[in-house]
Amino acid sequence: MHPALRRLTAGGAPDMARVHEFLERERFPLVARDGVTFVFSGDAEAVNLRCWIAGLPASQPLERIEGTSLWARHIELPENSRIEYKFEVVRRGHGEWLLDPLNAAQATDPFGANSVCQGWGYASPEWTFEDPQARRGSFDELGLEQTAFGERRAVRIYLPARFRRTRRYPLLIIHDGADYLRYAAMRNVLDNLIHRLEVAPLIVALTESPHRLVEYAGDESHARFLAHDVLGALRARLPLTDTAETRGLMGASFGAVAALHAAWRFPGTFGRLLLQSGSFAFSDLGEHRRSPAFDPVARFVNAFRAAPGSPAQKMYMSCGVYESLIYENRSLLPLLRDSGIDVRYEEARDGHNWQNWRDRSRAGLSWLFPGPLWMVYE
Amino acid sequence: MESVTLLGPQLPEPNLRAALTAAGLAGPFASISAGWQEREGEIEELQRHVGAPVIDLQIYARSEAVFAADPELRDAHRARQAQLQEMQELYGLQLNHAKQAARELFERGANGLAPGPLLRVARRRAVAALRRLDRAHFAAIRRVHSQFDARFDPATRPALRAAVQALRHDLADARVVLIAGGHVAALLNRLRLLGAASWLRERAVVAWSAGAMALTECVVLFHDRPPQGAANAEVFDAGLGLVRGIVALPHAQNRLDLHDSARMALFARRFAPGVCITLDPGACLHFEVGGDPAATWPRLALHAATFQLGRDGALGQLPPPAGVA
Repeated sequence: MHPALRRLTAGGAPDMARVHEFLERERFPLVARDGVTFVFSGDAEAVNLRCWIAGLPASQPLERIEGTSLWARHIELPENSRIEYKFEVVRRGHGEWLLDPLNAAQATDPFGANSVCQGWGYASPEWTFEDPQARRGSFDELGLEQTAFGERRAVRIYLPARFRRTRRYPLLIIHDGADYLRYAAMRNVLDNLIHRLEVAPLIVALTESPHRLVEYAGDESHARFLAHDVLGALRARLPLTDTAETRGLMGASFGAVAALHAAWRFPGTFGRLLLQSGSFAFSDLGEHRRSPAFDPVARFVNAFRAAPGSPAQKMYMSCGVYESLIYENRSLLPLLRDSGIDVRYEEARDGHNWQNWRDRSRAGLSWLFPGPLWMVYE
Repeated sequence: MESVTLLGPQLPEPNLRAALTAAGLAGPFASISAGWQEREGEIEELQRHVGAPVIDLQIYARSEAVFAADPELRDAHRARQAQLQEMQELYGLQLNHAKQAARELFERGANGLAPGPLLRVARRRAVAALRRLDRAHFAAIRRVHSQFDARFDPATRPALRAAVQALRHDLADARVVLIAGGHVAALLNRLRLLGAASWLRERAVVAWSAGAMALTECVVLFHDRPPQGAANAEVFDAGLGLVRGIVALPHAQNRLDLHDSARMALFARRFAPGVCITLDPGACLHFEVGGDPAATWPRLALHAATFQLGRDGALGQLPPPAGVA
């Protein structure tokens, strides 16, 4: 139990005034070096902590503190951890999932929002916030009328600050680009890291897919879309350095699968890969253990494992230790290294979410597209 | 050489104009912004700040034109750069191990107690090994430059000779040359190609950040918190040597772990008797001719907001400017 909660209950059931003072004074959840205590205040038949940490139950009951309307649950949580959660509050036999009313920290994603628990020692990296000193990049739109999908697709283009056509730039194509901008602060990340010279000024193409579970799952059309349609259009319109070493693909979850697949299908085209929490389902024998959406992924990953070839020269790969995909990512690592790829691999005490991917972007981008920091003294 | 003034970064708040006033320097001005590479010559802000016209000397563009007109010189220049790069990589490998040994010795016994005699000896030897490595690398760099200079006498290269003549013509009316920061290698290479050590000595020079580094004898690259890499300060190149005896450290507050006294002590001792001087925003060091030519420094006539790294790793005040008791 957290010391603050122990103090509150030390003399027996606290009265309303003490509970109110406790709720006003403390920050929730209650974080200590050894773990976190989640607290809910309100009438209910039951309250459950719902979070998605590999190895822990998806639902853990909070216990009512006798004589009060407070509910609490302590879980062990190592330092520098970050987890997302909700409360399931059961009233009149019906459970309702709620954001933690006592915690303002939230993370959003395409499915809504979660409350965020920042464990002992964790802080959001300062380079993810807007820096008034950093020069801002700009955005442009590129419409592709003819694509491998047989339909029009739009690509958003990020041009670094002080972009000029007389200079040539590396290229990074990011899957789920709008989500990276919205949920992973990608604009701030790019602006800040380029401004600080940690990442080379680069052109970023932000792609989208209306059917990502299909197109990102090892799909031939999507690989052609990237290698022919997007790359061809960008070559024609923008000053790219245009070597494999200066062309990269980035993606998270299924987006990472799409990136690896395209690089594998078109070797020598994309020399840099930034893969976050890749959904690299595979099977050694029989069926994989995931949902049917992973069927084409497993077919691709199994084929890749049988003949990895040389999809890229350098790769940054990360995964949260609290997501089940850690097994697949760890499994893939030796194969990638044995294939001669210079892989930098990082694990984080985090889950399958956008803030995890945001927090790892500095390490990945600066590894694959190093800026002139060492040489430049402005 | 009338004078040399070294400044820190000019962002977010420039102090160039204040430094010019303090040093009694007035135009006409010429500028070198080769460290900005393809942005060379975008000096509108600079002109606004000094409040006077500034002639852009186009060092970067002139160098590119020389290379285009003299492919043999260009190829030799590239070969030299490739050689220097390989030397830098090999030096870096050796440095990594030597630095790690020295660092562990400096951290050992960093508990407030005076180190014992054996530890003191071991530390001295570790620093001596690092210094030998740095000096050998520096000497090798100078040899490479000397060999190149002997092979390519500017007088025998028409394109280069013409470029320097045109540059001297543009420079004729300038009393003060302003050298901006930026990419230190890009800046230094082009200054060297165009013989800047000679024509800069004829005028007052005010340089900031990478510009300041380029005017010293030995350019040391440093950053204690890069997102990737070993973070070992390294001897990078021979500078133009207009200012002797100092190692210029622009952005020291941002780039160095100044609170890590073991790390800073090692830094200071590696480059002694060179004095490691911080050049953060607002910093100003003004040197004038007239000092003892054999002295380590030219005559330091003025300084503000700069500190020197002591052998104990702490930042200390600079000696009082000449003429000040």
